[in-house]
Amino acid sequence: MHIPDDLLYTKEHEWVRIKDKTATLGITDYAQGSLGDITFVELPKVNGAVAQFKQYATVESVKAASDVYASVSGKVLKINEELSAHPELINQSPYDKGYFAVIEVSDESDVSRLVSSADYKKYVEGLH
Amino acid sequence: MDLKKTPLINEHERLGAKLAPFGGWFMPIQYSGIISEHNWTRTEASIFDICHMGEFIICADADKSGFNKIVTFDLNAIKPFECRYGFMLNDTGGILDDIIVYRIADRRWMVVANAATIESDEAHFRKHLAPGTDFKNVSAMLGKIDLQGPKSLDVIRRLVAPGVADLGYYKFGHFDLLGEKIIISRTGYTGELGFEIYISNDKVAELWNILLKDTTVKPAGLGARDTLRLEMTYPLYGQDITTETTPIEAGKARFVDLKKDFIGRSALMKNSDPSRRLINFIAKSRRAPRHNYGIFSGGKRVGIVTSGSFSPSLSCGIGMGYVDAPFSVGTEIVLKENDVEIIATVTKGPFYKNGTAKIVEGSHAHTG
Repeated sequence: MHIPDDLLYTKEHEWVRIKDKTATLGITDYAQGSLGDITFVELPKVNGAVAQFKQYATVESVKAASDVYASVSGKVLKINEELSAHPELINQSPYDKGYFAVIEVSDESDVSRLVSSADYKKYVEGLH
Repeated sequence: MDLKKTPLINEHERLGAKLAPFGGWFMPIQYSGIISEHNWTRTEASIFDICHMGEFIICADADKSGFNKIVTFDLNAIKPFECRYGFMLNDTGGILDDIIVYRIADRRWMVVANAATIESDEAHFRKHLAPGTDFKNVSAMLGKIDLQGPKSLDVIRRLVAPGVADLGYYKFGHFDLLGEKIIISRTGYTGELGFEIYISNDKVAELWNILLKDTTVKPAGLGARDTLRLEMTYPLYGQDITTETTPIEAGKARFVDLKKDFIGRSALMKNSDPSRRLINFIAKSRRAPRHNYGIFSGGKRVGIVTSGSFSPSLSCGIGMGYVDAPFSVGTEIVLKENDVEIIATVTKGPFYKNGTAKIVEGSHAHTG
């Protein structure tokens, strides 16, 4: 299972790439593997607000629908439009082409509530 | 409750299957992925572990034993080496199970039942068969592998006697395999050309591995089985059809012969044109309706979704459910739960129209 070192994580299996005041959000390799084939994604509206650890998106696999929580609070700058026609990108490329949205971080202290790659790795290993 | 395991559990673990409870059994849901397994079944050939399903053997005259009163179709109309799909009903016309009956000889039958209803079906048979009728529940001894897909005939021809090629749709035969005389029928639950293979539990893992050596064949789990059957609008017992629904409501009147006597017949006669009906619908987006979503029309709640999924073949949501009044094909409906709203159109089944199940020399019409 792939867990890139340069990202931060949540225990709900979301990842975030923070660069200055913008954050790119997605779900982890573990999450896409557990969900199986992803068939539909509902993303937030551009310019809308999202709140840390609150639902901001929905993913559906063949079997079920799941909530996705925002890793940080802020304003939605951009969403991954490709996902509406090609949700399988989340399975194929969870950390790159399968990203969900880009957020303008409103509170930098949100970062302190996220999990390092090393800790996330330990957490995922503990789930087996 | 302890989950039961089929004789193929070690094979599933070795193949890296995701396993989950289903009807009291620990079953493979997927191996490589539901969509790839679904597509492989539609184009090549897949094997499914169906050992959890039940089989009963009845050696008796259909009428004298009372067997013919337990099923909705006329057993005497089945010729030896033919299968027939139909129902067992309760007194109020509710569906106890959907079954396939195999006529092995004039007075020898095999009944194939759903996994979750094996015990209740057995109790129903024992209650209604004439005392002393030779009835055996062989579910614990008999394994079953479904081989399904357009290439399945080539696979099975390489595996067993060439005579398999002559099997028409809903026919079966006895074949020599792995030192046993086994039953292979030209039946299935996917809409594709396919076979159901009944072999003793001792031999089922060996047969599974022989089939997997064929490069045309891949394993498929219950996830793909569900999307494949839903694309064909085949009902799933316990979900789309239950003791609370009748075959008429489920749109399955063609598997009910009202000219013969059977348990539940008078209830069906009393309500021969029920307003509640099972409808099929196709969503206008990739979002899938799910079990228990409400069905709305003109802002009013008119029914409930019983099965819903993403359709890998159509790349959109599909489903079925009961509505309180008939809806004509083409009507727009909304499927809702909380803030999720899916617009869909009432449509005729099957959703997937290129199934190969009946090719070569198809005979009986079938769903289920």
